Amino acid sequence: MNAPPPPTAIALPNRHLLGIEGMSAAEILALLDLAEEAVEVSRQIEKKKTVLRGRTQINLFFEASTRTQSSFELAGKRLGADVMNMAVANSAVKKGETLIDTAMTLNAMRPDILVVRHHAAGAVELLAQKVSCSVINAGDGVHEHPTQALLDALTIRRHKGAIDQLTVAICGDIAHSRVARSNILLLNALGARVRVVGPSTLLPTGIERLGVDVFTDMRSGLADADIVMMLRLQRERMEGSFVPSVREYFHFFGLDEAKLAWAKPDALVMHPGPMNRGVEIDSAVADGRRSLIGEQVEMGVAVRMAVLEALAAHLPNA
Amino acid sequence: MLEMTRDATGGRRGNDDRPIVFENARVIDPSRDLDETGVVVVADRRIVAAGKDVRTARPSDAEVVDCRGAIVAPGLVDMRVFVGEPGAEHRETFASAGQAAAAGGVTTIVTMPDTDPVIDDVALVDFISRRALAETAIRVHPMAALTKGLAGGEMTELRLLGEAGAVGFTDGRRTVTNPALMRRALTYARDFGALIVQHAADPDLVGKGVMNEGEVATRLGLAGIPREAEIVILERDIRLAALTGGRYHAALISCAESLEVVRAAKARGLAVTCGVSVNHLTLNENDIGSYRTFFKLSPPLRHEDDRKAMVAGLADGTIDVVVSSHDPQDVETKRHPFADAADGAVGLETLLPAALRLFHDESIDLVALFRALATRPAELLGLEVGRLAPGAPADLIVVDPDMPWVLDPDLLRSRSKNTAFDGARFSGRVLRTLVAGRTVYEYAAG
Repeated sequence: MNAPPPPTAIALPNRHLLGIEGMSAAEILALLDLAEEAVEVSRQIEKKKTVLRGRTQINLFFEASTRTQSSFELAGKRLGADVMNMAVANSAVKKGETLIDTAMTLNAMRPDILVVRHHAAGAVELLAQKVSCSVINAGDGVHEHPTQALLDALTIRRHKGAIDQLTVAICGDIAHSRVARSNILLLNALGARVRVVGPSTLLPTGIERLGVDVFTDMRSGLADADIVMMLRLQRERMEGSFVPSVREYFHFFGLDEAKLAWAKPDALVMHPGPMNRGVEIDSAVADGRRSLIGEQVEMGVAVRMAVLEALAAHLPNA
Repeated sequence: MLEMTRDATGGRRGNDDRPIVFENARVIDPSRDLDETGVVVVADRRIVAAGKDVRTARPSDAEVVDCRGAIVAPGLVDMRVFVGEPGAEHRETFASAGQAAAAGGVTTIVTMPDTDPVIDDVALVDFISRRALAETAIRVHPMAALTKGLAGGEMTELRLLGEAGAVGFTDGRRTVTNPALMRRALTYARDFGALIVQHAADPDLVGKGVMNEGEVATRLGLAGIPREAEIVILERDIRLAALTGGRYHAALISCAESLEVVRAAKARGLAVTCGVSVNHLTLNENDIGSYRTFFKLSPPLRHEDDRKAMVAGLADGTIDVVVSSHDPQDVETKRHPFADAADGAVGLETLLPAALRLFHDESIDLVALFRALATRPAELLGLEVGRLAPGAPADLIVVDPDMPWVLDPDLLRSRSKNTAFDGARFSGRVLRTLVAGRTVYEYAAG
């Protein structure tokens, strides 16, 4: 696993990255190896590569995002692409244009890569069927967020050496999390033991069929865990609908030092951000020495560079 | 939680901690299916032994009581009691409810959250426990609201409330009508085994109804409440209990068909239980007579066929618990035309004597009766009382099952006198009530 990355860019079987589902362990590991290279590039003063020189990348975000969008923007720019951010929230969509019409319009501008986030599950795949360029899913509803799972895996691998045999506890609002779904798929593909931990109201029906062990209390859910992955709880779900209150949620499911002590002594803490401090995670843990939360952001850029580079092999005339 | 506090406070009345031996008693302990003549030994606030084959040495300083064949049974655990505190102290306080309970042989009461303010916060659960401890000699466990402000919208902090001492969650007199909310509450509660208690009465089907729908209502010119108001909610909730695996308890059932629904749910192995008020076991809609508002209850008194079905359901175990549904109302809420009067009747002091009617007419044996009055409710609530097994807390009553008496409302200890048993003739009276080994009531003749 610590072998030096292969010298040549790997090829993904498809020209799109729509989800972790269907990806093999070999493809995932090759992407992670490529991302290791990108980490090095990003740490140099000269951060530019030329893989995407002359190419056009459009970031099409139907749902507001600071972190993911800027990460994709930086990744594209570091590979030499011309990057354009489309703030769809205040454009044609508001005037009533359908998703397909927006896609066709953009397609006519001949981009090479579309990075798409949409609030509806399956919307990115639908759009991918209608355009002639590569499409990367930057999050569709509560379905998938593949680059988040890849960056999480990269972060874990850099600290634990390998992912197989690790026990990863994904905690909190599993029901409304695309991050959870992509991570469950990826971590299972790489041979980790995956757990989900949360109150039953935040655990979707049939989740146990996705290859996870289900826990409804933190003490048993965190026991022997190598990685504790916390998920964001949306504010509108806190006040008596899915959980009674912030106070009660934090008391039983918020990760603080006391609960973290139930995990392995060398367990590490992750969070896809943005965090609700005092809701799902205590500041002492979020900012503590076992937190990888800052590093996850750095790995995000590297993983997205790797994904863009791998897809570049599918671009016309590549 | 209250248990610990009470034991920790130690001998509030030190002399009462003297061991007691009840001899020549008819010992009833449903936890061991026991009904036999024997001895009950109490020391250190707990049952040392109970039954005929008791070989325990009698403590030399013990008070020895010759029961002369009277019943010694677990103190009653009444799962549905409305107290006026906080907010309506003129109707009932913890002190008056506690005295009524002790006289009625009720050693544990479970209070409903529909007070002012509503018991939907940890601090208020704590308030109830503290007030009760200071004001009464019996045990008081609050149920907390299932939804914030009993508004039926958002669930309360079930888990924190449970840790603070709430033994169950209910919207009291109100029905949780939103099925999505009920589903989520059952799902959430399942994680820590909490009991969700529903008053099954669809408010839209109840409408303006004030008594059982049928011939009597029609003759009286009163709007009827169909049985389906109860059955529709019950069937819906049981489907949700099946979906979620949550623990569901129907607080009060009143219709023959409801028993079929509960029976089927139990046959499927669901965590579904139900209760009935002693009123619905011993009275029917005809008792309303000429618009007597003390018989205006929710659910309403039903047809005699329904009452008979309730008795049968109790005897065969379909009905888990019998409650008083003690609901103090005063002149300002009851002295109205029938349709305008409030629902509810007091019942702490009549729960046992009324229930004993079923024993006297041979509908049910004493073990089954006390199981529903004490043992089973304690099990559902997770309390260690309700049994006479060695080691159990010494919450017990001595009952003369045959002593005749006539109920005089003026002699009720409750602050409110809205009894459905005004002038009733009973056979059976509580002679003595013990809570944690201490005598909290003793009958004085005359």
